[in-house]
Amino acid sequence: MKTFTRSIVILALIGFGVSMNSCAPKGPKGAITGDAASKVYVAPGQYDEFYNIVSGGFNGQMGIYGLPSGRLFRIIPVFSQFPENGYGYSEESKAMLNTSHGYVPWDDLHHIALSVTNGVHDGRWAFGNANNTPRVARVDLKTFHTAEIIELPNSGGNHSSPFITENSEYVVAGTRFSVPMGDKTDVPISSFKQNFKGTISFIGVDKTTGNMNIAFQLVTPGVNFDLARAGKGPSGGWFFFSCYNTEQAYTLLEVNASQKDKDFIMAVNWKKAEEYMKAGKGKKVKSKYAHNVLDEKTNMTTSTMMEEVLQLDPTELKDILYFIPCPKSPHGCDTDPTGEYIIGSGKLAALIPVFSFTKIQQAIANKDFEGEFAGIPVIKYESALHGEVKKPGLGPLHTEFDANGNAYTSFFVSSEIVKWNVKTLQVLDRVPTYYSIGHLCVPGGPTAKPWGKYVIAYNKITKDRYLPTGPELTQSAQLYDISGDKMQLLLDFPTVGEPHYAEAIPANLVSPNSVKFYKIEDNGHPYAAKGEKEARVERKGNQVHVYMTAIRSHLTPDNIEGVKVGDDVYFHVTNLEQDWDVPHGFAIKGALNAELLIMPGETQSLKWQPKTVGVFPFYCTDFCSALHQEMQGYIRVSPASSNVPLKFSTGKIETEGTGAN
Amino acid sequence: MKYLIALIIILNLACAPDKPKVTEEYPEPTKSAPEAVITDPTKGIGAVKNVTLKNPLEQERISRGLAIFEMKCSACHKLDETRFVGPGWKGITSRRKPEWIMNMVTNVEVMLDKDPEAQKLLELCLTRMPNQNVSIGDARDILEFMRQNDGQK
Repeated sequence: MKTFTRSIVILALIGFGVSMNSCAPKGPKGAITGDAASKVYVAPGQYDEFYNIVSGGFNGQMGIYGLPSGRLFRIIPVFSQFPENGYGYSEESKAMLNTSHGYVPWDDLHHIALSVTNGVHDGRWAFGNANNTPRVARVDLKTFHTAEIIELPNSGGNHSSPFITENSEYVVAGTRFSVPMGDKTDVPISSFKQNFKGTISFIGVDKTTGNMNIAFQLVTPGVNFDLARAGKGPSGGWFFFSCYNTEQAYTLLEVNASQKDKDFIMAVNWKKAEEYMKAGKGKKVKSKYAHNVLDEKTNMTTSTMMEEVLQLDPTELKDILYFIPCPKSPHGCDTDPTGEYIIGSGKLAALIPVFSFTKIQQAIANKDFEGEFAGIPVIKYESALHGEVKKPGLGPLHTEFDANGNAYTSFFVSSEIVKWNVKTLQVLDRVPTYYSIGHLCVPGGPTAKPWGKYVIAYNKITKDRYLPTGPELTQSAQLYDISGDKMQLLLDFPTVGEPHYAEAIPANLVSPNSVKFYKIEDNGHPYAAKGEKEARVERKGNQVHVYMTAIRSHLTPDNIEGVKVGDDVYFHVTNLEQDWDVPHGFAIKGALNAELLIMPGETQSLKWQPKTVGVFPFYCTDFCSALHQEMQGYIRVSPASSNVPLKFSTGKIETEGTGAN
Repeated sequence: MKYLIALIIILNLACAPDKPKVTEEYPEPTKSAPEAVITDPTKGIGAVKNVTLKNPLEQERISRGLAIFEMKCSACHKLDETRFVGPGWKGITSRRKPEWIMNMVTNVEVMLDKDPEAQKLLELCLTRMPNQNVSIGDARDILEFMRQNDGQK
């Protein structure tokens, strides 16, 4: 990797030596020409044109950026705990990270899929995948909160996910690792060919609520699924998955899974699979997986452990699966806006094959097969092929599209974006990226209606792009203008975590629906105090429930006594504010889990277990008003054996206590 | 630092002669529009122009007003004369016009910025009354509850 990176840096240096002028700084800092600055300048008080919803990779989050400015607005915690707002720590949100393995505090989020209607962004939900402990999450774009997470049984490494059908009927989850499943899971690793299977889960999405359920799983031959795209328009009933390791290697895949000249694109007739499911052809299989749902009314998350999943076996149920040979360990598998063309990108290839949906259908009708792989027909490469893009670059990974019939493919090895025409297969333009691009994003690029205007490169290597911050660096993204014939570099912007895939959506499809605060009247939290009159402290055995309210600038109650060592104290804090952007925070000394951040009208709960006798301060952590610093209180903790009565108050001045009780 | 900024500006001008253009116009977040003409200063500023009060008091409004008070107001206002975070409510219906009260409750940002009486209260309490998103109908209910609190029948 090092040599390879160095050569890229050198290449970049050479590239820029030529185009340097008095305005461009020296070194590999990019060739900015003309009015690049004005094209990314968003004047104070003005808004960006697009939301860029960016996966956070190993941070398990999504980042929300504005385009063209590249400004970071918010981080949405999805598969990881988040100290900023208590997600994954608070009593309400803990269940969201529950799995069949127990509580998983940190996962790896790779890909984003925005909901679509008729193949066009509808601005309702953003889906993300957990790559390690296989799950799919749904983020509600009204609140930018994680609303639901569903676990995927019989999967190992949910990489080929969460791609979406053109009316958001299904979000898919293809397993990266094939695994042994069913009753026979304690098997030798060397029995891969015999015992290991892949699965593709089709997660149904409720049209109104967005709620997810695993409609069915396709059981596939034991290979590795990498990425996928749904068809659209004429191919809308199909799904396409790239697969590698058709060698079925189980060790040193770097070598052993790179033996064959071609692996496969797997074409799935999901409408057919759905018919089989509806006809009752599936088999219910015992499988444990968690399904976690946030109830917006109560702000409580419920985790339900599911017990079985419906599986379809394509070796028995015909006409669901077909393999199409694709050169050199295909990674990206992208369908163009018309739905006619499917682009496979071999990580080690020096060409890009473009398949034709019409030709695939003809080949299937004519049984134009070169044979079978594990019981599944393999279509002849030439019969499915529209054509190849010759010498586009080295190591194609992913392809996005504009509305004018052009494709934009990222090349990791040669560190560039190449623009080419989908029909003519002619290369039209190329620009370097800094450095080693992975995914790329054109607003609406994966949909039937690309919004175009920009392409963004999400790079794997940052090196010298920004001021150094020790060995750990921020990630590097570049924004290019694609409105003209030639791509024009406009901006470098840092991103958090490690962005993999991202989508961008016009702001006006999302921002008008953005929730500003929660109506206190509608707060259905079981421990809400909807007004100070309901603020109180209740003891149930060794549990103490504090129903606390917060409003500028006091907490009620702010004096609490009668709590004992060994109690479990739950602070249920309700923010009584009813205005936009007036959160309150809550922190108490010695809390071993976290703090809370409570939005207006919301209730959040923190569990606190006092270990020693004393008086403990608590306070509001979010600067809320001129008297924020006064927003504080005390809780007295007495020995387990004490008789100090439970009492609580705010604003009550008592005659001075003596310390006697 | 000043020189650096100046330098950056010069460089920018040199490289990008075009005036930075605003990317996308976007409607301002909706706010209560300030009134251009204050017809009757004692009625405050806002959508409420004329309130018709009835006697005897409307009992249904009172119970709704009490519920809203407990949920959205009681954290800062007491029902007697004592000032807590905000002023006590006792006597308010004789001190203020009904329209002023309802405008204060429903249009608080503008009232605190423009209305001399509201500004006097801010100087006294030093905490800006929060916008609790009370509808005009709810404000009318609160007003009825205030009338009852002031001993009206």
